[in-house]
Amino acid sequence: MRKARYLVLIALAAVFVVPLVWMVLTSLKSYSTAQQSPPTWLPDPVSTYGYDRLFQPGSQNPVLLWFVNSMLAATLHAALVLVTASTAAYALARMRFAGRRLVFAVVVATLFVPPATLIIPGFLVADTLDWLDTLAVVVVPGAASAFGVFFLRQFFLTLPRELEEAAILDGANQWQVFWRVVLPLSKPALATLTVLSFLSNWNDFLWPIYVLFSADRLTLPAGLGLLQGAYIADYPVIMAGAVLASVPALLLFVLAQRYVIEGVSRSGLKG
Amino acid sequence: MAAPLVAEPTVTGAAPVDAPPPAARVMHGRATPYLFLLPYLLIFGVFGLLPIVLGVWLSLHQWDFQLPNKPFVGLSNYKELFSSGSLVYGDWWESVRATAIFTVASVPPLVVLPLGMALLLNRSFPGRTFFRALYFAPYVLGVAVIGLLWRFLLDANLGFVNHLLGVVGLPSDTPWVTATPWAWLSLVGVTVWWTCGFNAVIYLAGLQDIPAELYEAATMDGAGAWDRFRHVTLPGLRPVLLFVVTTTILASANMFGQSYLITQGAPGNETRTVVSYIVERGLAQNDAGRAAAMSITLTLMLVLVSVANFRIFRYRED
Repeated sequence: MRKARYLVLIALAAVFVVPLVWMVLTSLKSYSTAQQSPPTWLPDPVSTYGYDRLFQPGSQNPVLLWFVNSMLAATLHAALVLVTASTAAYALARMRFAGRRLVFAVVVATLFVPPATLIIPGFLVADTLDWLDTLAVVVVPGAASAFGVFFLRQFFLTLPRELEEAAILDGANQWQVFWRVVLPLSKPALATLTVLSFLSNWNDFLWPIYVLFSADRLTLPAGLGLLQGAYIADYPVIMAGAVLASVPALLLFVLAQRYVIEGVSRSGLKG
Repeated sequence: MAAPLVAEPTVTGAAPVDAPPPAARVMHGRATPYLFLLPYLLIFGVFGLLPIVLGVWLSLHQWDFQLPNKPFVGLSNYKELFSSGSLVYGDWWESVRATAIFTVASVPPLVVLPLGMALLLNRSFPGRTFFRALYFAPYVLGVAVIGLLWRFLLDANLGFVNHLLGVVGLPSDTPWVTATPWAWLSLVGVTVWWTCGFNAVIYLAGLQDIPAELYEAATMDGAGAWDRFRHVTLPGLRPVLLFVVTTTILASANMFGQSYLITQGAPGNETRTVVSYIVERGLAQNDAGRAAAMSITLTLMLVLVSVANFRIFRYRED
């Protein structure tokens, strides 16, 4: 019984992992090895052909620049979400003010709007602001998502109020309570939100392919779409590009697995 | 505008909206709450609310980004979607058909298979966290990566999938991405592979919330494994199940990247989804008015589907 369980577990794991392994192996093949039919498993000899072509200087596809753009965009986006969502969530969780219920209701209602609905008018807004083809257009708009505010508000509500009250009695103002008491207590939730925001921005595809145009402004996912057309059937190069986009995401997942799983688990819970 | 990595929580997940902050007064100035809200509300207003209002506005106009005149046309953009012979009628309904086929085909496996995976993982054994991580791993990759990867794996000549099929003695020349029904099977298969770890993790959290005493009591009453599953597990999972079904339907109905990268809508435009068609019409062909009308029609269709979905679950509860 025990053995049977592990057999199923391993077979299932193979389904998820083998394609990723194949991606890495192909990226290390030479052009001719990758063209062989039937395909061979191992890159023999191991070749840097794919990566050499991917990173070749003066290419029309400045992949390294896309990588840097993506890194910058995802980092700034995660930071922006962290600041805006945590302050807003704190106000909604702990402060009394006119319009609180209205604000919360409107924010939550937008959770139900399909993101695709916002693309066309969002494009128009970005155009009006003169943000098309800039870094800002892939950093800021996504921070309007209600998810972070909702997620942190739920977390703040679970914090014991006594600590905040004690700080107030000690003469702290609202900002100090938030900064010195609430945020330090919320590190796990903040870590979860940061990782999830980073990943969703790092992987975003639909929005960047329409709001970025110049080759040197693209993010990595938007650029990868071009590689497919530029290197038709030159799979080591294309797979090298896919590996480049996967490594930071997988690395972050391995390092912060607990937070990612925690965040995903909670999104379906607490009825 | 970033597609959220995590499906957004449903309202059922909300704490009561009107739970007042308890009596113990936290002192703050009148302006303080608004100052805390300001940065978020600024972004939310400009990129969350304004586009919704603007979308309605656009849908009532003939709106070409490049033309100076953007005349008001009333509901005609909507009427066109329902009158055969109009400019967009054929393409629009072909894309609706594509999205419908994809949704109907992808939701059942995405609801059932992850449940099986969660049951498999819902026990403590060495390596549990490790396997959970492996199953979840594809989900942390973006659609661009998995699209390129599977376009390659499904390549009719050089692809790993056909090679593997050949090795076990099956036909090894299936045109996975260029002909239907194969293209549908590919799109559904890739999507299941990509996202089922996500649903499994949600189920797993739900399973862990079911009190162990219920299982013990059922066992003492002589219930077998299947009975326990039917009478303890499934009822205990109901809210999570509703969440998974709803978010999966919405995700499938908004599918874009897979068809954009893997089948490129082929054959013809048979696998071009509604979202693909909307952005193509609105941004590539500068027809923002009609595209906005389509977006809103899609949203309304999804609202109907979600309402029906909630009703079915509530009906079963009675």
